[in-house]
Amino acid sequence: MWAFIKKEFFHIFRDYRSMVILFGMPVVMVLLFGFAITNDINNARIGILDHSKDVVTREIIQKLLSSGYFKLEAYLESNEEIKRLFEQGRVKEVVVFEPDFARKMEERRGASVQVILDASEPNTANMLSSYTAGIINTYTLRHMKQQMKIPVSIQVESRMMYNPEVKSVYMFVPGVITILLMLVSAMMTSISITREKEQGTMEALLVSPLRPVQIILGKVVPYVLLSFINLIVILLLARYVFLMPVQGSLPLLLGESLLFIMMSLALGILISTVSKTQQQAMLLSMFALMLPTILLSGFIFPVENMPLILQWISHLMPSKWFIVIVKSIMLKGTGLAYFWKETLIILVMTLFFVGLSVKKFKIRLV
Amino acid sequence: MSDREKIIGVSHLVKKFGNFTANDDLNFEVFKGEIFGFLGANGAGKTTAIKILCGLSSPTSGTVMVAGWDVGKFPDRVKERIGYMSQRFSLYNDLTVKENFRFYGGIYGLSASAIKERTAYFLKKLEMEQTRDMVLSKIPLGWKQKLAFSVAIMHDPRVVFLDEPTGGVDPITRRQFWELIYETAHQGTTVFVTTHYMDEAEYCERVSIMADGRIVALGAPAQLKENYNARTMNEVFVKIAR
Repeated sequence: MWAFIKKEFFHIFRDYRSMVILFGMPVVMVLLFGFAITNDINNARIGILDHSKDVVTREIIQKLLSSGYFKLEAYLESNEEIKRLFEQGRVKEVVVFEPDFARKMEERRGASVQVILDASEPNTANMLSSYTAGIINTYTLRHMKQQMKIPVSIQVESRMMYNPEVKSVYMFVPGVITILLMLVSAMMTSISITREKEQGTMEALLVSPLRPVQIILGKVVPYVLLSFINLIVILLLARYVFLMPVQGSLPLLLGESLLFIMMSLALGILISTVSKTQQQAMLLSMFALMLPTILLSGFIFPVENMPLILQWISHLMPSKWFIVIVKSIMLKGTGLAYFWKETLIILVMTLFFVGLSVKKFKIRLV
Repeated sequence: MSDREKIIGVSHLVKKFGNFTANDDLNFEVFKGEIFGFLGANGAGKTTAIKILCGLSSPTSGTVMVAGWDVGKFPDRVKERIGYMSQRFSLYNDLTVKENFRFYGGIYGLSASAIKERTAYFLKKLEMEQTRDMVLSKIPLGWKQKLAFSVAIMHDPRVVFLDEPTGGVDPITRRQFWELIYETAHQGTTVFVTTHYMDEAEYCERVSIMADGRIVALGAPAQLKENYNARTMNEVFVKIAR
């Protein structure tokens, strides 16, 4: 057994491709998702068309520009310029103040601001719109309070729980952990088992006194260790590069990850039993595991917003449940009492896949 | 011949896959220190029979005794006592020669000191000591085959199964390979070999020839040539296969 595991490590360390996948991937992915692919708005270019040019509009504009979300690209003079500006792609948003803004506001008739957005990027447009509205509302409320003219009856105060700064890293780290554990465990094991088949060494192993269970274990143990190392690397990156702490219990997080790793390994073995070549195993892992994981697990796109049929399919994705668990532990700091259902689902899936893969592995021998 | 110890005893072996009968009532015996040639055209059922003998597959009916144990009932006992080398090269290309020996020695339960001693012994015998720390992919195929054979008999098996061991190897290396086989058989290890080279069949003590899942001829090469009125084993084979 020990000889087997040692040999497996030799394979991994001598193959620079697998080394790159194993250790380059987590770092690159976390950094990519953390820095490049971000949903946060920073310095969006806007245009301003101020028909009023009074104290109030100037104050509002000042508030918008000092928020850090917006950057003034152009100060417009007429309505005609708006269209051209959008067509040139110079701005994402134009804010239009109507004439006599301050006076209308004083007179309680109400003044209106028009916000025009480039919705060819719907997500960005939505966010810009709500940021703009938020800043203007805050200003108005404060303004009214100061003047004590209108009793302010309802005031909305939002507090972003678990992620006060609304950083997207908080959303991506659990997703990246899930994808990487799946990738390393399932893809790497399926590739390494099919490589033995391709090379013909699998026959030699099967003829040896090693039992099938020992062969599987010998193949799997190194990848459990490596997945764990990966997990810790990601957590360290999240902690020290993105300042995202683990709120809940670390041992619990590691335990749940171990369960998920075992499930992925079982999937990897299953893939290796149905594929004949390494390429086949790689493609199968990619298309059968990776893509659905990314698209359907709620990692990037919220499951709640999907068509019903896709929601059903997503329930079959182990990663969907795992992401819920990781988020709960990392962001909310909750314990097992809050996600025992998800844990149970993964446990059942693990048992199912382990059973199936062992059975398949044995059938191949006969 | 019957005074020699019986290493393989096959009686009424039948293996069916659904409606297809791959092995149809095979009966033969192989003795200690014998070189037994197992011939047959592709698809004649050789591979199925070898798989059963090695404990990878269980017979549909009949008994198969290898190294004193019933393969159908105690495949693990049999596996400890046999060696195996396949037509497809069975060593690891990304490990060094020494590491390959260590790995296979390890899975056959040899102690570290025994592995060391056996590795040194084989490398000296093959005059390949300088390759000890070379990665296998850098070594020529012929040398690799000889190494693979050494690895297969490292744990002193009672019988070693060679499945087309000399495929793709040049004539000189093939000759050297057969010298190794002779030496091994002389030391008391039974050699069970399949091959497509009929000149190699001549080197065997006895051969069996399979066709359509049955053994159609069994005996010493000289005797078979006489029976079929042929000058070479090649002629015998062609006459039978037709």
